[in-house]
Amino acid sequence: MPAMTLSGAVRSALDVMLERDDSVVVFGEDVGYFGGVFRCTDGLQKKYGAERVFDAPIAEGGIIGAAIGMAAYGLRPVPEIQFADYVYPGLDQLISEAARLRYRSGAEFTAPLTVRMPCGGGIHGGQTHSQSPEGIFTHVCGLKTVMPSNPYDAKGLLIASIEDDDPVIFLEPKRLYTGPFDGHHDRPAVPWSNHPLGEVPEGHYQIPLASAAVRRAGEEVTVLAYGTMVYVAEAAANESGVDAEIIDLRTIWPLDLDTIEQSVRKTGRCVIVHEATRTSGFGAELSASVQESCFYHLEAPIERVTGWDTPYPHAQEWDYFPGPSRVAAALKRVMAA
Amino acid sequence: MSEARPLRFLVPEPSARPGDKADFSYLPVPEAGSVRRPEVDVEPTDIRDLAYSLIRVLDDDGKAVGAWNPDVNADDLRRGLRAMVKTRIYDDRMLTAQRQGKTSFYMRCTGEEAIAVGQALELRVGDMCFPTYRQQGWLIAREWSLVDMMCQVYSNEKDRLHGRQMPIMYSSKEADFFSISGNLGTQFIQAVGWAMASAIRGDTAIASGFIGEGATAEADFHHALTFAHTYQAPVILNIVNNQWAISSFQGIAGGAGTTFAARAVGYAIPALRVDGNDYLAVLAATRWASERARGNFGPTIIEWVTYRASAHSTSDDPSRYRPSDEWESWPLGDPIERLKKHLIAIGEWSEEQHAELQADLDREVRAAAREAEGYGTLLDGRVADFKSIFEDVFKEMPQHLVRQRAQAEEAEEAGQCRQ
Repeated sequence: MPAMTLSGAVRSALDVMLERDDSVVVFGEDVGYFGGVFRCTDGLQKKYGAERVFDAPIAEGGIIGAAIGMAAYGLRPVPEIQFADYVYPGLDQLISEAARLRYRSGAEFTAPLTVRMPCGGGIHGGQTHSQSPEGIFTHVCGLKTVMPSNPYDAKGLLIASIEDDDPVIFLEPKRLYTGPFDGHHDRPAVPWSNHPLGEVPEGHYQIPLASAAVRRAGEEVTVLAYGTMVYVAEAAANESGVDAEIIDLRTIWPLDLDTIEQSVRKTGRCVIVHEATRTSGFGAELSASVQESCFYHLEAPIERVTGWDTPYPHAQEWDYFPGPSRVAAALKRVMAA
Repeated sequence: MSEARPLRFLVPEPSARPGDKADFSYLPVPEAGSVRRPEVDVEPTDIRDLAYSLIRVLDDDGKAVGAWNPDVNADDLRRGLRAMVKTRIYDDRMLTAQRQGKTSFYMRCTGEEAIAVGQALELRVGDMCFPTYRQQGWLIAREWSLVDMMCQVYSNEKDRLHGRQMPIMYSSKEADFFSISGNLGTQFIQAVGWAMASAIRGDTAIASGFIGEGATAEADFHHALTFAHTYQAPVILNIVNNQWAISSFQGIAGGAGTTFAARAVGYAIPALRVDGNDYLAVLAATRWASERARGNFGPTIIEWVTYRASAHSTSDDPSRYRPSDEWESWPLGDPIERLKKHLIAIGEWSEEQHAELQADLDREVRAAAREAEGYGTLLDGRVADFKSIFEDVFKEMPQHLVRQRAQAEEAEEAGQCRQ
């Protein structure tokens, strides 16, 4: 199997789907001739033509609104929002339209679109190129929200998302495009070619949605994470010596609660880690769900390690980013409780 | 140095308010037949003046005049008249039903019937309408079942939307009528996306999007124009300017000193401004725009100048914000009366036939209402089982909704619902 970067795996998934299904169209700001600012659509316009892979005006509401019309026609549009931070002008179309179309029309009209967008920090992007808005989408009934943590999952999850008949928000942690990142920003970058999950098949395969993966088996504490935080949690477990079981949610919503419950009932402890701001973040939902279903198995309060409740800063990025030391401290706290 | 003057903030006011006499002096009405009809492959830059004029075919005597006369046979005109009259009777019957408590809400399109009816009959089956909430005339013109529409309004057991949507938010894929949204303007860019998809596939269907003049202030309107122009989408973009957005006159949407059709000029999209109460002008302008779209000449904007004769909805009271004599003073008249007058003028209709048509349609609408009420209304509570609200959120019900449905069932059995 060839080694791929995460951006290469995204491109490969789009390539496979454009080839297999002529109803798939890919468009967004700079995605056509140029191939995207993160290269996720590189070469696709040349291969499939400008009718299926094309540039769009800088209008996120227009991109998503047009995609809904295309989806209602019978296409499977895969629009790209250049940064997740830019999606807000498109929220009315996502929340009031894409997410509700099946429901409000008695399933006469549907919106099977997959909206891709790079998210998260670690690239000195400041407040407009670093956000993790997954909690906005998980709050909306009718949307599925996916965030892969590695190239193998990225390709299989993106194919599953495009083939899904409901709208999917596909968040790509941009710090992971070129390699896994454990939060040690002062150490040399590691490429995906050195990682087993950087091995990606050329052809078609799916990773089913709503299924989490246990990334590291452990007995003492369950860590719930997704995206970049999976590697931060691994580093924290290794460095703290706590025998943590790390669950990579992969699909944030709908949630694979069974895998989470099974783990927390075994370990009796739970730490939740995400880059997004804390208040009303998805960690709050996770914490409530674990408490509701595992309360009598818990031996310590559930901890959340998250971004601070401030806009994402530029110069103070590494004070903001929930790195391995903060996660390790939380692991030790729940062990001491 | 000149003295600094205090700046002045302007909030536009309409020409008349309650107690005043209606004043439509802001709306010049040119003679019928006076506007030129360009070829459909015209360059948008060569017809900018049409965005500021007013295309009219029917003159004050009911004669069809000028280059825009669509030359329609009398049978087709009677078909349009019938659909318009039926729409008005349907609206009045549903208003009564709302007053009787059989439904929570209703919206009439009185005075605007020609636009949706004309488009529905001029466009082809398979072309898709992306409506606002005032294009019920499309469904009626396409002979869609009144009972089906009423069941939606009554939210009853036969409502295909299972009581999920407010009354009048119809959806009918079979009648080429997209699901209505209450979020104004969203459908305009969706219509463009649908048309883009048809062109991407090399198909032949075109789209027709509707928006009110008030909602042209929404970003979706501008997205629609940008995308329609950029990709030369085969779409007709209809702006229904009925002068009032609930209580806000068209000046609050930025209409003072310009036209809504003129919005298209900066986008290099050809624009027509049309008498929306003139059924023949509706057919003619729709035909011109659809020929452009089908000929790969791109999108067209049409501003339909009309008047919202009824209240915005059953929750609205226009006597609080506009003069009561506006409808009778409206310079473009009543679309039904004008088409009737034309048919009589050409010897194809009579007052007796019209009275008979009204009586027939009144019977038809009453019979449909009786049948629909037989399937329940909000009054008798015969609505879809409440556990059906968990269906169609997703194609397949995820675990969390399966659990919540079970919880809802338990709550219902324990008598905790509707308490």
